[in-house]
Amino acid sequence: MDIKKNIYSDEKLLKKLLEDKDIIIEDALENEMIINMGPQHPATHGVLRLVLRLDGETVLNVVPELGYLHRGYEKMAEEMTYIEYIPHTDRLDYTATMCNNVAYVLAVEKLLGIEAPKRAQYIRMMVSELSRIAAHMVAIGTYAMDVGAVTMVMWTFREREKIQNIFDRLAGARFTTSYTRIGGVASDADDVTLKMVREFLDQHNSALDEMDKLLLRNKIFIDRLEGVGVLPKQDAIELGVTGPNLRASGVEYDVRRAKPYLFYNEIDFNIPTQTEGDCLARYYQRGEEVRESVKILYQILDKMPQGEILANVPKHVLPRKEEIYTKMEELIYDFMLINYGINPPVGDVFFSVENPKGELGFYIVSNGNGHPWKLKIRSPSFCNLQALPIVCKGAMISDVIAIIGSLDPVMGEADK
Amino acid sequence: MGLEAKLTRDGFITTTIDSVIAWARKSSVWPMPMGISCCAIELIASADPKYDIARFGSEVMRFTPRQCDLMIVAGTVTYKMAQVVRRIYDQMPEPKWVIAMGACTSTGGMYRSYNVVQGIDQFLPVDVYVAGCPPRPENLINAIMTIQQKIAKTKARDYQDKPLLVNTEN
Amino acid sequence: MEFEKLVINKIKSKFENSIEDISNFRGDLSITISKDKIVELAKFLKEDEELHFETCIDVTAIDWATRKNRFTVVYHVYSYKNNFTLRLKANIDGEPPQIETVSNVWRSANWYERETYDMYGIIFVNHPDLRRMYMPEGFEYHPLRKDFPLLGIPGSLPLPDKVE
Repeated sequence: MDIKKNIYSDEKLLKKLLEDKDIIIEDALENEMIINMGPQHPATHGVLRLVLRLDGETVLNVVPELGYLHRGYEKMAEEMTYIEYIPHTDRLDYTATMCNNVAYVLAVEKLLGIEAPKRAQYIRMMVSELSRIAAHMVAIGTYAMDVGAVTMVMWTFREREKIQNIFDRLAGARFTTSYTRIGGVASDADDVTLKMVREFLDQHNSALDEMDKLLLRNKIFIDRLEGVGVLPKQDAIELGVTGPNLRASGVEYDVRRAKPYLFYNEIDFNIPTQTEGDCLARYYQRGEEVRESVKILYQILDKMPQGEILANVPKHVLPRKEEIYTKMEELIYDFMLINYGINPPVGDVFFSVENPKGELGFYIVSNGNGHPWKLKIRSPSFCNLQALPIVCKGAMISDVIAIIGSLDPVMGEADK
Repeated sequence: MGLEAKLTRDGFITTTIDSVIAWARKSSVWPMPMGISCCAIELIASADPKYDIARFGSEVMRFTPRQCDLMIVAGTVTYKMAQVVRRIYDQMPEPKWVIAMGACTSTGGMYRSYNVVQGIDQFLPVDVYVAGCPPRPENLINAIMTIQQKIAKTKARDYQDKPLLVNTEN
Repeated sequence: MEFEKLVINKIKSKFENSIEDISNFRGDLSITISKDKIVELAKFLKEDEELHFETCIDVTAIDWATRKNRFTVVYHVYSYKNNFTLRLKANIDGEPPQIETVSNVWRSANWYERETYDMYGIIFVNHPDLRRMYMPEGFEYHPLRKDFPLLGIPGSLPLPDKVE
């Protein structure tokens, strides 16, 4: 801010320049430059477009423009049944597909007032933690690649592939899984899958150590990120930032702890936080969260109960496939649920879970029909992006790349 | 391996200009990763150690269209993005090819909604469509091999009269 | 829930005549208030020492299509201090529907209101930067309204020319 005060002695003009308004090229003062960045840019993580107002290399203002991936999720939800919508949730935050599946079915279950069996809940917990690791692997890898450490992405994707192998066996798809069902999960996790998870965990910590060695003793990496893009605690709270970005600014808020869902209250885990709130802190934060997830996964594997994986609520929960082909009653229920939907009671619920990017919430309004009357997605990336102008002001233009990487937006859910 | 396998004692081969140029072109297809949504992650995965697209000479992903000859459109193209995709396609020098990766890019896929273009072939000439939502990396590699077969059949003269850039304004 | 009772009592004592409805469905407390009191209520909720709802996590709207008050604007606010999520609702009508912005109270509401404006055409009065969020500038319709077809209106969004 001090640098800018020297350039612009006129206070009013300075205030006008810093407003969060649309920038057009005609606005530029004589010494300024208006630069367009994106939507096709390797560092914008998808199709985010930024308009930058620069004075030399200093960023005076940033205006993000979204909507290049607006696919109309909320409109489509109004035209399909609750069961049909599950595959669409995969593609919201496409780095962590399982977490979205879990969030959506939990919201619908809250609306219906039913609960899945304990084993199903534990499997859901297991897949969302695995998915969290996979998402953070993408985040860390591409972040390091953005600031110049290209090797890292190869290493993190090697780890991610192992998780996707597990999903491949569990759900039948390595990427877009659509694994959860209303009232349970699609298929049971057999012993081989659980063994694969354990084997993955056993080697994962040492892989993480290797990655840390690659980056955290790297002077270039540290100098590039330390003190860059500081997001103050108060700003983070006021702007609705959640997830690792909020915790890196020193707020100990995690939905898993604040409003426990599934069986997170039976699990012993810490919420790592940082105090600096800069780009490096956000990197550390993700690393520590992955280690915490590994700890959680070990406990889940140890505590995994036996039992059913689908709730016994025939009016709302799809019957198992083998029963549909052999029993009359199940066939009728299947027919009714697929054709007319699950018809929840009239009302509206808001349910949120902790996703790798932050707090993902679903607000569902039901009028008693098979389709939701309205479904609103509160997507964490969208809210986190709102902090981008605050963080970028006063930074250098090359820091903008690092800042976007550290905020880690996924445009699939930011644009919906 | 490559050319040296053809080498006899005397150390020269006889061939046509066409096949030499086509061979060179097909063995170093540089993709332009037009990563828009979910498929982009699988596009990165196809370059990772497990699938290793480098085996087919296509690991050099350039984010500037000026250095590319294959555009992999990976992800849902919305109406807003379509203008950008078209503009980037125009900036690529001839000869150029296009892969429509995934269901949304090819046909709109599961997104029958107001803002999604129902297939990029409405404005781009697509050479290979890849099925899947998203396609597995093996499937993408297969598409690149198909493109290579297509390139192998081209004649150098086909591109003789074509300007390097169609629309020089961009 | 003691805190829930506290919230209800505090709001009731301050906004006795403006409260239209208080409901609790599946543990979610939601309060409907008349639309001209929404900023006042927002300020009260944020600045009250005990309640301290310091962040707005979501703003959206519901289109009821045939009802008299066609739109309901829905706010979700959260208190870190008390770990409590509260839902506020305000019914509005008119064409274009208008309501005062809360982005001067909760900064995060800025983008949410822009999104709601884009999707429903609700004008947030005194909003600092009311532009479309997702759809291109110059698009005439508001997609999440119930009278807008899922497949859009042909020709409303331009496609680039076909490569010859």
